[in-house]
Amino acid sequence: MFKLVPRKEPLNAMLYATPFIALLLTIVAGFALFSALGKDPAQAMYLIFIKPLTSYNSLAELLVKGAPLILIATGLAIGFRAGVWNIGAEGQFTIGAITGGSVALAFYPDGGFWLLPLMALAGALGGMAWAAIPALLRTRFNASEILVSLMLVYVATLLLSLLVHGPLRDPEGFNFPESRLFQDSALLPNLLDGTRANVGFLVALVAVGAAYIYIERLIFGFQVKVMGQAPRAARYAGFSERRIVWSSFMISGGLAGMAGLFEAAGPVGQLVPSLPVGYGFTAIIVAFLGRLHPVGILFAGMLMALTYIGGETAQIEMSLPSATTSVFQGMLLFFLLGADVLVNFRLARAGKPLVATKPAAQSPALEPAE
Amino acid sequence: MDLVLNILLGVAVAATPLVFASIGELITERSGVLNLGVEGMMVMGAIAAFAATLASGSYVVGIVAGAAAGAAMGALFGLLTLSLMSNQVATGLALTLFGLGLSALIGQQFAGASLPQFPRVNIPVLTAIPFIGPLIFGQDALVYLSIALVLGVGWFLTKTRAGLILRATGENHDAAHAIGYPVIGIRYLAVTFGGACAGLGGAYLSLVQTPLWVERMTAGRGWIALALVVFASWKPLRVLGGAYLFGGITILQLHSQALGLKIDAQILSMLPYLATIVVLVVISRDATRMKLNAPSCLGKVFYATS
Repeated sequence: MFKLVPRKEPLNAMLYATPFIALLLTIVAGFALFSALGKDPAQAMYLIFIKPLTSYNSLAELLVKGAPLILIATGLAIGFRAGVWNIGAEGQFTIGAITGGSVALAFYPDGGFWLLPLMALAGALGGMAWAAIPALLRTRFNASEILVSLMLVYVATLLLSLLVHGPLRDPEGFNFPESRLFQDSALLPNLLDGTRANVGFLVALVAVGAAYIYIERLIFGFQVKVMGQAPRAARYAGFSERRIVWSSFMISGGLAGMAGLFEAAGPVGQLVPSLPVGYGFTAIIVAFLGRLHPVGILFAGMLMALTYIGGETAQIEMSLPSATTSVFQGMLLFFLLGADVLVNFRLARAGKPLVATKPAAQSPALEPAE
Repeated sequence: MDLVLNILLGVAVAATPLVFASIGELITERSGVLNLGVEGMMVMGAIAAFAATLASGSYVVGIVAGAAAGAAMGALFGLLTLSLMSNQVATGLALTLFGLGLSALIGQQFAGASLPQFPRVNIPVLTAIPFIGPLIFGQDALVYLSIALVLGVGWFLTKTRAGLILRATGENHDAAHAIGYPVIGIRYLAVTFGGACAGLGGAYLSLVQTPLWVERMTAGRGWIALALVVFASWKPLRVLGGAYLFGGITILQLHSQALGLKIDAQILSMLPYLATIVVLVVISRDATRMKLNAPSCLGKVFYATS
């Protein structure tokens, strides 16, 4: 049998290797899963991981699905580095769509070049305002930001439903709980002709670049890192926890809100109750898979988008349940978290220790302090 | 009178899944492990219980299957956080995402199926007492089980040696290890027990509360259960109080129309979540008291160096 032996120092190369180990293990487990479901595993794997890469249209779809994931995960990663757990990005995403979308509807049918930037701003502010609630309750009242931000996801979803049933409902929509279709100037310009890929992806790239500078080049990014890895050292050094909590939530909330608006003004084109589809939760997986690093998140986001699109293809062609994708994503995160033990530990053959341990009483002075 | 009785009976039905899930998480947390995957364990319990009952025709088999599915999820969480020392917050989230996905995958074939109404206890004479009879002697068996479980856990934690050891593990794992207690083993038992309880809570949802399977039918109850543990200051009896309070809020929303309240359905549905936030704020406000009540090693990774 094997046992885990601590490494003398963390093996940082492992940090880059474990996402691939996890992916490999997920594919192996996926074979087992599909066999258990009575489907051809090889074909399912081909449809999920290879087929989407073979056509222009599905490559463009990668950008559609990847953009919100990357945008949200980039923001979340900054908080996660500091040990600030915003897991309610889904709610901030929804509120961003509401506030940004409301701007478009308020000006309907007018518009111009100024409308989209205004909507993006409103979306970001909406997400920030929603994220301010857990930030305030954490810094002012010590309430767990994990639970508060998560509860607000449900509240935001209900709020969206309430609004599209009432004030934001399309007056000419035969009472369907949907808003109007946005006017043309409120829709994101396409990036690639004939596809749904929009400029949201470019914004995601900008966010990745900005986050990279923020984390690697600015003192504040360093403070965030210290707060996460050595909270006591951070306090002794005088880093303000309050400031770190607030900025983590503002950045992640703003980016999630903007992602929500891009979803409403991009592929969806209006406000509908089914707008939040779980990007806020999947982005958590993306953030970890990308090692909480902006560049890693870029790749992880694209990989996760691949499983979304591949999952859809597999659903149609092999009549697989739609939940297959989330099982896949859940497994991936499991294997990643499990494999991460190899960063600080190595596998060794379990057996008798080479040197017999002396009874502690005989050499108390030599025993290392715990 | 009938309306009041119906409301009170409804409170127990709404509260019981929370009682199960919170009391399990309370044991988990008292051992020093923070498992945020309650939602995932609950929803797996719900689908397992529903599928097993439908296949076997026996509620007992279903309930056992629900608890077993929850326990398996709890043990999986243990494997990752205890043996592989992964981050407990992230692993708990993974457990929830995985559980929601897997339950939907398994549950697809059960969409549209339904079970008969879960039987209530009927004791001759006693249950027939007007008003009090149905309330005290006429609930379903799981309600009584959940209350017995809370009392049992309370007794276990404060009156038994094993309970003391469990608490010691949660308060100071290094000291517990130094005395010679198997910290990891104790925690495995605790997370598995917590999972089984969450599974029971899920089973209650799909067998009793709404006897059919709906994807994501837990609707955040696992998270509310987590908040209830904080609300209860990690004390078992208070879990019961908290859960029934939340049950009351949930039922208020169902009966609001009969009570003549004219509020949008969505706003009423927000109530349990908003109430959770308010409760968290009120309880956590006093940082010192929170620190005193919470197990000191909650969420910390343990590795035996010698």
